[in-house]
Parts: sequence; structure tokens; C-alpha cells
Amino acid sequence: MTQASCHDPDLARAMVRDPVPARPRLVLAGNPNVGKTTLFNALTGSSAKVSNYPGITVEAASGALTLPGGRIADLHDLPGTYSTNARSAEEQIALDAVVGLDGAPAPDAVIVCVDATQVARAAYLLLQCQELGARCVVALTMVDEAGAAAPSASALTAVLGCEVVEVTARTRRGLDELRAAVDRTLRSERRAIWHWQPGAALRPRLDAVREALPATWRAEARYGAPLAAADDALALWALTCLEPRTGGPDDDELEVPDALRAAVAAEPAPRDEEAVLARWAWLDREIPPLVHRPPDRSRTERIDRILLHRVAGFASFIAVMTVLFMSLFWWAAPVMDAIDQGFKWTGDQLHGVLGDGVFTDFLVQGVIGGVGAVMVFLPQILLLFLFLGFLEDCGYLARVAYLMDRIMRSMNLHGRAFVPMLSSFACAVPAILATRTMERRRDRILTMMVVPLMTCSARLPVYTLVIGALIPGSRWVQGLLMVGMYLFSVVTALVAAWVMSKTVKPLKAKRLPFVIELPPYRWPRFGGVLRMMWGKSSMFLREAGTVILACSIALWALLYFPRNLPESAPDYDALVAHAPDKDAKDAALADQQARQLENSYGGRLGHAIEPAIRPLGFDWKIGVGIVGAFAAREVFVSTLGIVYAVGSDADERSEPLRTALHDARGSDGKRSYTPLVGLSLMIFFALACQCMSTLAVVRRETGGLRWPVFLFSYMTVLAWITSFCVYQGGRLLGFG
Amino acid sequence: MPTLAETPLGRAVTVQAVDGPRAFRRRLLEMGLVPGTPVRIVTVAPLGDPLRIEVRGGQWSIRRAEAAQIQVEAR
Repeated sequence: MTQASCHDPDLARAMVRDPVPARPRLVLAGNPNVGKTTLFNALTGSSAKVSNYPGITVEAASGALTLPGGRIADLHDLPGTYSTNARSAEEQIALDAVVGLDGAPAPDAVIVCVDATQVARAAYLLLQCQELGARCVVALTMVDEAGAAAPSASALTAVLGCEVVEVTARTRRGLDELRAAVDRTLRSERRAIWHWQPGAALRPRLDAVREALPATWRAEARYGAPLAAADDALALWALTCLEPRTGGPDDDELEVPDALRAAVAAEPAPRDEEAVLARWAWLDREIPPLVHRPPDRSRTERIDRILLHRVAGFASFIAVMTVLFMSLFWWAAPVMDAIDQGFKWTGDQLHGVLGDGVFTDFLVQGVIGGVGAVMVFLPQILLLFLFLGFLEDCGYLARVAYLMDRIMRSMNLHGRAFVPMLSSFACAVPAILATRTMERRRDRILTMMVVPLMTCSARLPVYTLVIGALIPGSRWVQGLLMVGMYLFSVVTALVAAWVMSKTVKPLKAKRLPFVIELPPYRWPRFGGVLRMMWGKSSMFLREAGTVILACSIALWALLYFPRNLPESAPDYDALVAHAPDKDAKDAALADQQARQLENSYGGRLGHAIEPAIRPLGFDWKIGVGIVGAFAAREVFVSTLGIVYAVGSDADERSEPLRTALHDARGSDGKRSYTPLVGLSLMIFFALACQCMSTLAVVRRETGGLRWPVFLFSYMTVLAWITSFCVYQGGRLLGFG
Repeated sequence: MPTLAETPLGRAVTVQAVDGPRAFRRRLLEMGLVPGTPVRIVTVAPLGDPLRIEVRGGQWSIRRAEAAQIQVEAR
């Protein structure tokens, strides 16, 4: 069956028969929403690993698959795509993986998922893979959903010229047959199958561009055998996708040799439509006779009548988002507290065993504290990926984009940016990870650049302390100010998105269509959702966690060393030893801690930056707090607790700390912190990027230092200027 | 030639041509919105945009400005 049903025997038959390699490389391609991930999980089982493609924000999953006879093959899951005509990073990956460009070896076979309810559209991608010379096997998915509408596998095999296997990943039906089909296909000769013939106008163009293909791109180099029709397909891809560079935002992101680009530019436009129309003409002729009736969408239609309804749709949208928000904000809190307490307890136990000393402090405060700083994110991240996986799987996430697109678009954000923005009220770290649900890199990065502006839960203790200590007025006034800070953050994030999409070149809106599929509603596969949740979360721990841990230790050292106090300091050991009672002893210890912090590198840094933050109304003590807050914003509170010698365990509701702040006097005898300074401080915390975890995750997700540096710089500058305007403007108006 | 954006809700029409920038046009063509394909607006999003359209037994969300690039004729 492998050879007999092939079309076009005259075109592109390469008489090659490479031996099956010891560990064949397979890729899994397919449109979005065709059950590709479910099939991937079923085929690879527990061997699947999630990671990012190096350098770009696209997830990659790979795993091992056992073929009949015990041979192990590596299976790589590709991003869901409708075409290999690359424009976005995702499509480029699909193309590179199918044909073996950009360092990736050519796969020995490609499994193409074809949705039985959308055969023609899914087969379009298959046609492209066949033209490129991939050995293809079709996994026909969603057969149960298509019901009587599903075409028969044997009829499809005859038409498509490659093996077609019906699979139902959930019940594991067809998996063994698919493995056997892959094994047979691996042994077949490699051919480039074209179901249509280039016309008289296209033919000479293909020849001209094919000549310009670099040697490493030719089938001879990639497949180990010349295959003229496969080279034609790559020439067709170049003709279709490459355009002269204009320097504008609509330029493609493709990296190709200049000679090839020049050869394409020499051919007159239009260059692309003939192939697309010819493939569709073939599909529209061959596929409809095999599909007995249109797929039944009545159940999805009934649900959409409610979930996309003018009133009921928004009500249910708000309900779903409230549950998501509450779970991140409230449900995760007790677990996060427990993790926090657990690490504190472990630290105390260790301290008890090891006794006082620098090494103990390093282990307890630096290492265990740092690991705690990473682990504390885990509940929120697990919950977020659980929700996102569930919503994506059942088809609702596409509806969120449909409902919210109008609002998000007005700020040049993607409709799917809504969920990350909402998540960032809890924490920017899971929010940045949630940008993965968007397909385009530009949309993801723009969203990553603005979510750290939203009022995350770590800012709350700072606001609570500042409002409680410095802002006079009734609880109502204080409460309103807190609400105001939330609104302020939403407005700044949206405006920042709009401004950046107009000014920052890589973030400018490209004129790509916002066409997203609204897939039929499906029951989520809990096993798959749980596995992906764990895969993505452990990737966070592995890759962002290590950076956060390293930064935590560095910051601890900054605020800990040097240990010796200047000559002028009192002899605290003697003071503690001769203290008449416990209170005096505690006071002496707190004083010693404060002096040590002031003398530390971090403390000196606080002094050093005082001239820069003086115009905002801040003194060096707040400067030390700002340095400490880089570990996590809430650390600002405990750092001030040490600076003001009320103890490092002071929290935002601590009365001694509030009183200390309220009564603090400068050398001129005036109050250090007026209400205006409090406002300036809150604005600074709202806008500044004082969160190394955010920066570590952005670095991880964007694959480089460029975006985290940009994020830190623009937020810091924005925070400084805005606080400056608030403080100096307020003084001019006579406040403070 | 009327465009898809002007088509009343629910009326069945046929794609005549897709205009607009090249990458945009190619994406729609590759997803199957080729001349001769039947298409229908199912609903409009609560805020007036985007549109929910039915093509080849599937449903897509497409912005009004993008639908204005799709020329259609009545069936």
C-alpha cells in the first residue's frame, strides 16, 4: 500500500533507500486544536519533556516512542500550524523541523495529525509536507467526534498517497497500528509527492530560485540523496515567503542567505497564489466525495448561544475569570504561607543544630531562603497552568480572545492577553508564563513588558504599611487610595502597551490577520492537562528557579557582608551580655542588626543612591529598603523593620514599625516621611521593576538579556520620573 | 463588490477574492478561504467586533476590518 497508491510517478521519484537509522527522528505536525498534544502524550507516555526552543518563546515537547520490534524513536511535537509557509517564528520552526534546516537534522518521518471533522484544511499541511519530501504518515484524529461524517482511512490512503491510521488517543485505539505504519514508512523510499503541477509561468521561476538555494539546503545535503522535486518545494517556499527587506515592521523574521533573497526579488510579483489555489483545487476535488456529511456542531452551537451571548456570555466570562483570579489570589495563599513557614521552620531547625556563624547564616538565610523564594511561586503556577490547560483543552480560551479582542485590540494587545493581565494581579511570574497561550512572539513580548506594571500581591504589604503609617484620614480614605492604586496600575499597563506598540520597533503591530479558530467544545483530558501542568511547572523550577535562587543568595550576601562594624559602633556584645532585662537585650540586638545592615554593601548602596532618590523624597533608609525589595517587593517591609531596629520579623501591620516611620525625623528635625513622601513611595513601587524573579522569567522566556534589560530600564525610568513629578509637584502645590 | 463585513448576519455568501497585504491574504487563502468557498457570519461579538464566521464546517473569529478585505457575492 505504501507505494501502490502514489500519484505522479513521473515527478520527483528519487531512487533512494536509506537504511532506517538506529534511533529514528520523528516529528508530529498538525493544525491547532486537532488533538495533537493528546496523541503526543499517548505515544510518548511518561517520557515527554517540555522545554523552550532555544532563543525564542516557543514551547517544544519531545519524547521517546517504541516502534514494533523494539526500536526506539525520538518524537518531537511541533507548534500547531496551518501551513509551513513561514512568517512567524512558530511556522519557521515547523518548516525547519519538517525539512531539516537550521541545524535540525531532517526527520526520518513526519506524523501529520488530520482532524476527521476538518479533513481538507488539515490535509493542506500534509500536502506541503509531501511536496517537501517528508515521509508522511497521517494520524486521523477526532474520528469519534466526526461520527458518520468521518472519511474511511483506506479511501484517504488511496487519495493522499500515504498511510492513514484512525487513532483515538483517549481509548488508545489505533496507537499500535500507527506505530506499525510509522515503521513501514521509515523503510519506504523518500519521495517528494506533488498532487498538482506548476503551470507554465511558475515552472521557470521555480527553476531560477532553485539554482540559488545554498548547498546545505538542497535535498542532497539534507536527505542524503538528490530529490529535485523537494528542492522545487523549497524554492516555492522561498518564492512565497521571502520579500525584499523594507526595514519596516512588516518585514519577515526569516534568516536566509542574501543570494536566495535576491533571486526571489528578481522574480516579478505576484508569486504566491498559484500554489495555494492549486492545492485547494485539488483538495476540493478529492476530499469532499470522501466526507459523507458536514460535522455535527449542534452541541457546540448550543453552548456558544449562552457563552457568547451579549449578556449571559459576559456574565459567564466574569464568573470564569473570577474563579481564576480568586484561585490565584486567595486559594493559593494558605499553601504559599505553609511553604513559607515550612522553609522558616527548616531554617530554624538547621540554626539550632549548627549554632551561630556565617556558614549557618549563609545556609539558613541565603540558600534555604532562596529556595523558599522559588518554591513559594509553585502553588500559583500549578493552579494557573491547571486552569489554562483546562480552558484551552475545552475550547474556552479561544472564546476569551473573541470576547475581549475589542478592548485589548484598542491597546494593540492580543485578545488572549487578558488572562495574563488578570493573573498578574496575583503575581507577574505566572502571568508571564501564561503569555505562552498566544501564538505570536510579538504579542507575547508586548504582554510580558506590561504585566509587571499590574498591582501584584507582593506590592500589597508595601502599600498597607505606607498607607497605615503615613496617610492620614479615615479607613475609607485609606481604602479608596488602595483601590486607586489598583486602577492606576491597570491604566498604566494599558497605556504602556499602546505606547510601546507605537514606538518600540519589534513590538509594533504587524498586519497579520487576527484569525483564530473557535474549536468545538470538547471534554478536557485530565491526564493530559495534569501532565502538561507538571511539565511546564517543573520547567519553571529548573530554568527560572535556578536564576532566582542565585540572585537571592547574591542579594543576601549584599545585605550581610561585611560583618565587622566601624570603630565608632558601641560594643554590642557587651551591651547584650550586660543587659538588665530581656527588653534591653532585644533592643541592643535590634540596634546591632540595624548598624550591621547600614554598614553592609547593600546599606552603603542605599547611601550611595540617596542623591538619586532624594528628589523623590526618599532618604538612604528607604534606599536600603529598595535594594532589599529587589529580592521581592514585600522584603521592603522587613528590611525597614531592621533599619528602624524594630526587628526583622516586623510585618506591614506592625505598630512599632508604623510608629517608627510616622515619627522618623531627619537631621533638620522635620518629619522624614510626610504623606506626600508616602504617595511618592507608592507610585515608585507601582512602577519600578523591583523583582528579580520577573526579570529572571522574562530572560528565560525571551531567551536573552535584551528584553529583561529593556523591561528593567523603562520601568525604573518611568518610576523615577513619575515619583519625581508627584513629589516635586506636590511640594509646589504646598503639600508636604 | 460587497465585502464580508457588510454581509447581514446569517446570509450565505461565496468568497470572490481576498484583498489586503500579501501575508494577510496568503494566510486566509491557506486556511481555505479561497474564491468559491461558501462563508456565513454566525454572530457578532458582544462589543461589536470581531465577527464569528463559518467556513468549511469550522468557525473562526475574524475582525471586521479584516472581513472588509474579503469580497463576496450572494449565493
